[in-house]
Amino acid sequence: MHDRAKLVIPELSLVVLIGASGAGKSTFAREHFRPTEVLSSDFCRGLVSDDENQQSATSDAFEVLHFIAARRLARGRLVVVDATNVQAEARKPLLALAREYHCLPVAIVFNLPERLLHERNRQRPDRDFGPHVVRRQRQELRRSLSSLEREGFRYLYVLSSPEEVEAAVVERQPLWTNRTWEHGPFDIVGDVHGCFDELVALLERLGYEMRWEPEGDGVPAGGRYQVLPPEGRKAVFLGDLVDRGPNTPGVLRLAMDMVAAGVGLCVPGNHERKLLRKLKGRNVQVTHGLAETLAQLEQEPTEFQARVAKFLDGLVSHYVLDDGKLVVAHAGLKEGLQGRASRAVREFALYGETTGETDEFGLPVRYPWARDYRGQAMVVYGHTPVPEPAWLNRTTNLDTGCVFGGKLSALRYPELELVSVPAARTYYQPARPFLPEGEQAPPAEPRQDGLLDIQDVLGGRAVQTRLLGPVTIREERAAAALEVMSRFALDPRWLIYLPPTMSPTETSQAPGLLEHPAEAFAYYRHEGVPQVVCEEKHMGSRAVLIVCRDEAVARRRFDVGEATLGACYTRTGRRFFDAPALEAEVLGRVRAALEASGLWEELRTDWVCLDCELLPWSAKAQELLRHQYAAAGAASRAALPEAVASLAQAVARGQEVGALLERFQGRAAMAERYVEAYGRYCWPVHSVADLRLAPFHLLASEGAAHVGKDHWWHMETLARLCRADEALLLATPCRVVDVTDTASQDEAVRWWEALTERGGEGMVAKPLPFVAQGRRRLAQPAVKCRGREYLRIIYGPEYTAPEHLEQLRQRSLATKRALALREFALGVEALERFVRQEPLYRVHECVFAVLALESEPVDPRL
Amino acid sequence: MLLTITTTHQPATDLGYLLYKHPGRVQSFELAFGQAHVFYPEASIERCTAALLLDVDPVGLVRNWRGRPGQALEQYVNDRPYVASSFLSVAIAQVYGTALAGRSKDRPELAETAIPLQARLAALPCRGGEALLRRLLAPLGYQVTARGYPLDERFPDWGQSRYFTVELAATRRLSELLQHLYVLVPVLDDEKHYWVDEEEVQKLVRHAGEWLQGHPERELIVRRYLRYRPHLAREALAALLEEDQPDPDEAAAHQHQEEAAVEAPLGLNQQRLGTVVAVLKSAGARRVVDLGCGEGRLLAALLEDSSFEVVAGMEVSPRALEVARSRLRLDRLPEARRQQVRLFQGSLTYRDRRLEGYDAATVVEVVEHLDPPRLAAFERVVFEFARPDTVVLTTPNREYNVRFERLSAGAFRHRDHRFEWTRAEFQAWAARVARRFGYAVRFLPVGPEDPALGSPTQMGVFTHA
Repeated sequence: MHDRAKLVIPELSLVVLIGASGAGKSTFAREHFRPTEVLSSDFCRGLVSDDENQQSATSDAFEVLHFIAARRLARGRLVVVDATNVQAEARKPLLALAREYHCLPVAIVFNLPERLLHERNRQRPDRDFGPHVVRRQRQELRRSLSSLEREGFRYLYVLSSPEEVEAAVVERQPLWTNRTWEHGPFDIVGDVHGCFDELVALLERLGYEMRWEPEGDGVPAGGRYQVLPPEGRKAVFLGDLVDRGPNTPGVLRLAMDMVAAGVGLCVPGNHERKLLRKLKGRNVQVTHGLAETLAQLEQEPTEFQARVAKFLDGLVSHYVLDDGKLVVAHAGLKEGLQGRASRAVREFALYGETTGETDEFGLPVRYPWARDYRGQAMVVYGHTPVPEPAWLNRTTNLDTGCVFGGKLSALRYPELELVSVPAARTYYQPARPFLPEGEQAPPAEPRQDGLLDIQDVLGGRAVQTRLLGPVTIREERAAAALEVMSRFALDPRWLIYLPPTMSPTETSQAPGLLEHPAEAFAYYRHEGVPQVVCEEKHMGSRAVLIVCRDEAVARRRFDVGEATLGACYTRTGRRFFDAPALEAEVLGRVRAALEASGLWEELRTDWVCLDCELLPWSAKAQELLRHQYAAAGAASRAALPEAVASLAQAVARGQEVGALLERFQGRAAMAERYVEAYGRYCWPVHSVADLRLAPFHLLASEGAAHVGKDHWWHMETLARLCRADEALLLATPCRVVDVTDTASQDEAVRWWEALTERGGEGMVAKPLPFVAQGRRRLAQPAVKCRGREYLRIIYGPEYTAPEHLEQLRQRSLATKRALALREFALGVEALERFVRQEPLYRVHECVFAVLALESEPVDPRL
Repeated sequence: MLLTITTTHQPATDLGYLLYKHPGRVQSFELAFGQAHVFYPEASIERCTAALLLDVDPVGLVRNWRGRPGQALEQYVNDRPYVASSFLSVAIAQVYGTALAGRSKDRPELAETAIPLQARLAALPCRGGEALLRRLLAPLGYQVTARGYPLDERFPDWGQSRYFTVELAATRRLSELLQHLYVLVPVLDDEKHYWVDEEEVQKLVRHAGEWLQGHPERELIVRRYLRYRPHLAREALAALLEEDQPDPDEAAAHQHQEEAAVEAPLGLNQQRLGTVVAVLKSAGARRVVDLGCGEGRLLAALLEDSSFEVVAGMEVSPRALEVARSRLRLDRLPEARRQQVRLFQGSLTYRDRRLEGYDAATVVEVVEHLDPPRLAAFERVVFEFARPDTVVLTTPNREYNVRFERLSAGAFRHRDHRFEWTRAEFQAWAARVARRFGYAVRFLPVGPEDPALGSPTQMGVFTHA
């Protein structure tokens, strides 16, 4: 029996308190566990029936209790069940829960004298059941005592007196698999299979120094390896050290010595499991290279065999390392099993998941668990030989089939560099051809699965961003985004970014104006941002361009099937051009400009992502223009002159409609200016020669999302790009303004006035750094300041009439600004995840969230 | 926004008595959407013109207008302040109410008399163009002069606008003219600024009861006036046509046909659904999921058949899903049946575990709404992951399109179609998919088969090999 004073329990376990009414379970639970950890049947009875003693509510109460317990265990939280639990029937569902969630079940039994129980129950007015109830519970408990271990409780503590209860101390123990405090750095080594020479060569390549020390002088019998790793590093063996290869004992000796010296960690593989069973004298089939191992071990002293058996027996199914960011297991591990302990966990870690079928070579068909993996932790594993390690949803398989004539591979963590040494020869013929005929290894399996799961996007969720922390997406917004994404967006593999919405400046009070640069400058000044970049705002349509150096790059980096140089899409992720030929032409021209400007080399990349405005407006907005903008213009120009003519006629015959006539003359004039305003942004597009593309953010290229560079860098770099093809590319006029300097601001205001008087849309003011911290949170990434004439397109032809302007000044920017920030953070997050080569679903979740936020109702004029 | 009415019936200034507005004065009226002004540009014994000028507040329309529940004017840029619309009808009723009713205190006999009248409207939007304008007004005895406007003369390829300056001339009672305008202006505009309810039926009967029965376009007028609310239209037609009553359901069916897609004359939709059900039953499918179920037409058919034990519908559009939910009357189904129905939002390009475990999946007129590059994802979602025993898939046969009279050459049957396949294209695609995912596929025609062109719809039935 265990130590009675100290109750050791695993940190993640299902603790079942067992004892008759009045045994003091609740008091004990209160004393030793957090209130949220304790699930009491009385409390649940109260929850469902308003009466903790309502026995008719018992079955409903337990349904609630089991449900909460299941949710807690799924989240990896300890659960204490405070109920009598004296019947095996009552314990059975709890044990099933523990099994389901791979937690260890713990029983704490309160086996107290009946007399004491009666006495305690008498003192409690709410316990009006007779003594026979407690007597029966006592009997059931005594009957249970002998069977608890058999039922499946892995830890069992019996407290037999009030004194023992009083003296008990609960001690939580980390699981063996929990090594979250080890931060590495690590060198994780794939399946060795007795390939000692290759292992030594690999470790040397990784910078480990190995020295053999013969026995004697502090060195134990048989001698040992003294291993000096590069500073602070530690090797991690993924199992299957043994069998098939030429020198299993050598590999074992090295690995055991490294583990013993604290410079190595090792998880077991299925081959170790089988070898251990054999060494323990069990009857196992001597197949799959076990014969070689046994023959080699024959040559070793018996103490060595004993040492090996002890070492293998002590191996832990898997390790959770580096604050939970890294999991190592021989055959990989699903998220729900990580850091847990059960037979199922061990089996999975050793053998992976199989479908129960076998393939044409008689080998079990493996279930591709990694394809569905959505966990936060990186999982590094081996077990199934692959020609090249590849990343799939943050998992990678390092078994590159050394013993089959492949190579031995290691992954440097956290650098994520692969280091390999080729096999000296083929030591063993695999059952399934490992490398197909032909010299070259086949291309690595697709880096990503390419297909998204509905669970990656559906429903309310919180997307973690570096800039803003979690960004919440409401369920109905996700539903709206799903429709847009499914029906209109292009292949999600291209969607590595969607632009955020942009708020205007605060409303100007200057006569005749709604917006003016003064408010933009004041905003950033108040946010503590001293310098802003003012960029001319082109009036066209937003376009995001991804341009690759060639089609092979597009295929490799974006994992798309079609032969294309990239993609050009709108702010909602739709393909910009209906005509594929036109898109190809635009992409080709931008690629040529990247070539000519030397930016490929300068950025050391073979693809870029650009944020642009594509002109003219009419190229994309033709339908909108015809149905709304031109229609309103045509109607006003048909109607207003008629009204003016009638009024003039009435005035001529002396009617008192002079004021009315003047008003309508004014309206007619405003209508003309409106028609003039939208006309500036329209011209016919017959070919690429009629298009202008104005790039203003160089968002990302290989290895970098350029959000650490300031806007001046973006503008200057892109200006160089534009010079390489001035027929298509339009450099954006811009200037840096010191918002604490009146002269600098005045100059910018004059620039804006000239710009808007010429019919320009206006300007965008951005903080000089791409990401600027404001006073309390991020500052707006940009605010727009639109010209008076342009705003007729937004607020209607006659908005400048004083009575209208006054009404329009009542506008609230708060929602728009909150959205702009969140969408900005999500866009940057998407780019950074893509650049880090994270799985598709991780990037998609961010752009999907931008789209979801864009469906929030917000004043469309802002 | 401007309506002038001119008469040459002498003394022409009696128009003032008919309209109840003095020719020597300017009057203004406050209406919900702005102001209306009445003045006389000319007023002599020979010729008198009354002008009704609407002064609609364009900003107030967006900011404060509460008259359009569920359809608030979203945009400041719109034609409403400048056009003759239901605003004009409201103004006629409020400013010229007595004249509209055919009463005149001072000239009762003149109100009963047909007099030469001219009406001029600027600008009158007309959905259906000048042709429809004439079709609606000529049968009422008007001489119609219309001047159209281009959308923007700087961009000739944008085409004509739907706005006209219109002059109508006839010898009618003034009340008749006003009634015609009251009803037909919103009909031509094909929009209303307020929510149409049962009261509108009464208004229509009041103002059009005398003249609409005999109008050759009466069904179009009623339908548009009541904003396509079929039950109201049925009610109105029944009230208008006391004698010689056609079956109102037949009328509704007729309208439905007019509204429906080019395919409707063939009754293709019904044939398609019938064929799908037949194929499912022949495959012995008991658990069926309809992918892209839209408004649930197929689901409704499946639910009527007790051989289907579980009927599920997946649809990407939340709006369509709402319609499906009410069409299937899920809340009124018996509990046992309701538990066999599943409706959920999902997408054909995302893998979805909820699609697993069905005997059959139907994909009826759906694939052609996917961009071709997205087909690969669709194929995997259905054939690799959902992997039902049977997949029934239908899609238009492009070859047949030349047989549709309403379809212009080269056009797709639906604006949202991203492609339409010939038989050879569809069969090549289907065969490739079947091979890749271990299915066998057979093909069935749906609808009348043309010897050269095939059937209008083509169906592929995939069965798990």
